[in-house]
Amino acid sequence: MAREFLSGNEAFAYGVRLARPHVISAYPITPQTIVVEKLSEFVEDGSLKSEFIHVESEHSALSCAMGASSVGARAFTATSSQGLLYMAECLPYAAGGRFPIVMMNANRSTALPWNIYGDQRDSLSQLDSGWIQAYAENAQEALDLALMSFYIAEHQKVSTPFMANLDGFVLTHTYEVVDVPTQEQADEFLPPFKTENKMSLSNPKNLGFSAGPDTNTFFKYKEHTGLLHVREVVAEAESKFESIFGRHYTGLTESYKTEDADDILITLGSISGLVRETVDKLREQGEKVGLFRIRYMRPFPNAEIAKAVKNAKAVGVLEKDISFGNEGTVYTNVNSALQKAGISIATSNYIGGLGGKNISPQEIETIFEELKEKRSVVRFLGVEVR
Amino acid sequence: MKPYLREKIPTSFEDIPDTTSYEAGYLVTKNAGWRNVRPVIDTASCVGCLNCYLYCPDGVISPKDGKVQIDYDFCKGCGICRKICRPGAIRMEAEK
Repeated sequence: MAREFLSGNEAFAYGVRLARPHVISAYPITPQTIVVEKLSEFVEDGSLKSEFIHVESEHSALSCAMGASSVGARAFTATSSQGLLYMAECLPYAAGGRFPIVMMNANRSTALPWNIYGDQRDSLSQLDSGWIQAYAENAQEALDLALMSFYIAEHQKVSTPFMANLDGFVLTHTYEVVDVPTQEQADEFLPPFKTENKMSLSNPKNLGFSAGPDTNTFFKYKEHTGLLHVREVVAEAESKFESIFGRHYTGLTESYKTEDADDILITLGSISGLVRETVDKLREQGEKVGLFRIRYMRPFPNAEIAKAVKNAKAVGVLEKDISFGNEGTVYTNVNSALQKAGISIATSNYIGGLGGKNISPQEIETIFEELKEKRSVVRFLGVEVR
Repeated sequence: MKPYLREKIPTSFEDIPDTTSYEAGYLVTKNAGWRNVRPVIDTASCVGCLNCYLYCPDGVISPKDGKVQIDYDFCKGCGICRKICRPGAIRMEAEK
């Protein structure tokens, strides 16, 4: 174990190197560029034995990763924003083909207006593509997630591609001290990629075929089931991870001081750090507030959310997303979880951080203040229209 | 080689593979339903040059006894074989 001073992108690249992918195919895009640059440096200096393929676009990057996966290779790619949308055609293709590719996505706004800064509208627009979606909070979690994502995606019960999301700039470009495991530890954690879903001379297969109206639903149901298995496989992976690396993770979600909380703010990604600090500050003032962090958006943690907020009086959802004409998509998903569990409490939606706009501690305190009013509102932070 | 048609057609959940991959070399259905015209070989005129065999985009023409034969289970009726046939031994007939 070595301690290094790394950015989120670099930490993720270190995690990918420990996972030893056979093939890396990627196209650079801000703010993901550094993870690709770092991996190409690792290949160049010989510390990572991978085929590094420079492709001409993101559509090709994921197509190439699919080709690699279909011969049984461990494949990695990375993208962001417009790049993710450009490869959008390939996302359900990889998921339906059950190719367990790992992709890092640096969360960034989508045009127009043109903007390179962080929000989560890129990945959340692709929730229905059939990919596992996880959101890291800090650089250490980014590295650990890189390693765990291969374990989870490639697990026989899952066999589904994995999108690991890091908030653009706020996480990808900020530096922290990160524990970097040794290669021996990583090898002990992550078994070699084994699959029957591949081209093979000894066991020839027909890959990526059509399925008409008569059988299509069966395939889609099996794809759905693969994602539902992620919950138990995440638990298995995190338990093994803790036994080797000593770091503890909490499954699809993380609860912070929610047990006796009246007002709970639900978040995802790097903003959770600031919300946690605000919770601590308000707790010192006697406020019964808590943070609930969604770590995985797919599969969606319906049960975990219902359990965490069932005794609360109000719930807020703070997200860097808007589904135009409706509300934030995380909010929609949270409301569905509560409705299915028969929980009827006030829920409000706070849309913040769009196009990289800073979310201040004062704004988070204001959100907790507003939650006390037990209303249901959808509010854009910084836009004074109620 | 004519593709093998799988005798048991998958109809239930248990028959469906977990991934979109399955044992190679089999097809589950015939595929010629949209053919409007069918190529017909005049074996007397056929010189066995195998140009049609080489040019058929669907691989449904195969050599037989020094001439060729067509697999109508998979021929789509595109007519490339007729176009490429120098002796004019292939004609297109309307499907009835």
